[in-house]
Amino acid sequence: MTTTTPPQEAEAPASRGNGAGALTGLRVFTGRSLKHSFRDAESLLMAILLPVMLMLIFVFIFGESIAAGQGGDRGDYLAYVLPAVALTAAGFGASYTAVVVSDDMTTGFMNRLRTMPFPAVTVLLGHTASSMVRNLLATGVVLAIAFGLGFRTEASAVELAGAVGLIALWILVITVVFAVLGMVAGSAEAASGYGFVLLFLPYVSSGFAPVETMPGWLQGFAGHQPMTPIIDASRALLDGASPGDTWWIGLLWCGGFIAVAVWLAAVIFPRKVAR
Amino acid sequence: MTYTDPAHSDAPLLDITGLSKSYGRHRVLTDLDLTLPPGIHALLGPNGSGKTTLVNVLSTLVPYDSGEVRVLGLDPRRDRKALQSLVSLTGQYAAVDEKLSGTENMLMMGRLFGLSRRDAERRADGLLERFGLTEAAHKRVATYSGGMRRKLDIAAGLIGRPQLIFLDEPTTGLDTRSRQALWDEITALARSGASIFLTTQYLEEADALAERIVVLHDGRIVADGTAAQLKGRIGGSTIQLHDDAGHILEEIPTRGSALDVARHLDAVAAARPDVDVTVRRPTLDEVFLELTGEPADTSDRTELDRDEVAA
Repeated sequence: MTTTTPPQEAEAPASRGNGAGALTGLRVFTGRSLKHSFRDAESLLMAILLPVMLMLIFVFIFGESIAAGQGGDRGDYLAYVLPAVALTAAGFGASYTAVVVSDDMTTGFMNRLRTMPFPAVTVLLGHTASSMVRNLLATGVVLAIAFGLGFRTEASAVELAGAVGLIALWILVITVVFAVLGMVAGSAEAASGYGFVLLFLPYVSSGFAPVETMPGWLQGFAGHQPMTPIIDASRALLDGASPGDTWWIGLLWCGGFIAVAVWLAAVIFPRKVAR
Repeated sequence: MTYTDPAHSDAPLLDITGLSKSYGRHRVLTDLDLTLPPGIHALLGPNGSGKTTLVNVLSTLVPYDSGEVRVLGLDPRRDRKALQSLVSLTGQYAAVDEKLSGTENMLMMGRLFGLSRRDAERRADGLLERFGLTEAAHKRVATYSGGMRRKLDIAAGLIGRPQLIFLDEPTTGLDTRSRQALWDEITALARSGASIFLTTQYLEEADALAERIVVLHDGRIVADGTAAQLKGRIGGSTIQLHDDAGHILEEIPTRGSALDVARHLDAVAAARPDVDVTVRRPTLDEVFLELTGEPADTSDRTELDRDEVAA
């Protein structure tokens, strides 16, 4: 035997690990996911660049002509498109959750965690928390650009907080949906593939163009899909206007999605043991 | 945190009666009976024999269907959490986070086992040093070699001071040098007082490491004993005499030692000075042929066991 191994296990047995609680798990895994996010320079760059590009494209390329049809100008369209750009960018950002969850599920990592004395599901919560942080940063970038391009509002602090809260809630919705997709998908590639459809959802809403301007067969979907009330409500709140009924319809959608996703996760997660 | 000895500390390491496990309609483990004392033991079997499933059941990863199962005196289904603080599983696929450094991986596992930050840091440093990873401790695991990854993987499993360590095919995919280094580590680990239950496809590995070898085939235990007992059942090395076309003319059983081989060869050389001679040890295929009556499907995995020496 050539190893230079001193006798170990000589420390006081008082420090044997008896397992962490859910809070420690959540803290450890949020830290881990954030490290992943902020060390991956490329995806971080994407997360910031994408909202910037979206904003510039819609305001400077499509803005004038779309606004002209509605009797407005580029500045009006900036205010109109603001929530949709934030949510579209957040969709891309959240799709990363599917990839990382799938990675964890299909490698030995999750299996080891499941044999350890703490709730393994905190891994998913950690990914969710870090997705929220990443995408709210992106939302901050969108708002900053909007102000840079001349967006001004009379909205009160409460109204602004309401708008950002609704946007944050929808970010949570897509994050948990992507987390479930990541759990179900057999590989990280498949996970991002499934999620692709979701990324187009904001275009078929009231986000980029008024629903009334769409062909009749599309209006039914565009007018009643979950993103439309959320976008309408955030737009109204950002503008300091009354959101009418849209805000609670949006909240109901979000609550429903989160409840279903959490239920699916609770059913699927314990069964999905990699063999 | 106060330390209490597990209530059943004088219980056998494993005490299994009638254990069965199916995935859907596919029965993976059938009516296993096994009792093992503390120590280092190997579960030997080809791909698909149910080794990983058995280890997964014993380490609380998947629930068993029926039977009585006690690991360190605890039921992996009923006493799941209590058992989880006493065992660790290092699976076939590295369970380390490639985007974190070695130290960060260790600290993460330490925190999850419930160690305080300071205790986790001290333990992490000690274990990294012990496995020769101190220099690479702050590098991302993505830059590690296969052998380093496997060491970190095992080290991470040790941070919670397990009494029983499950190693699922710890050396599969490693080159000869890394394999030997890991064998040394595993032996040292066993000497430190922890029990080890490892799975392997290599007869040689089980032979080198384990006190008891349990042979699994098609989800059933077909042999269980010390390496010497098992070899006795399988039959030892043989000296084969070939003609020019390679056909075997005669097989002479030998104990395999230089003296014994030389004694036989003296006699052969006197009678047939020109005959071709090969000394061969039993292969895993032959073990399974002998124990199960059918050849093991070990495809390309038998190089280690095939140890033919042209004389």
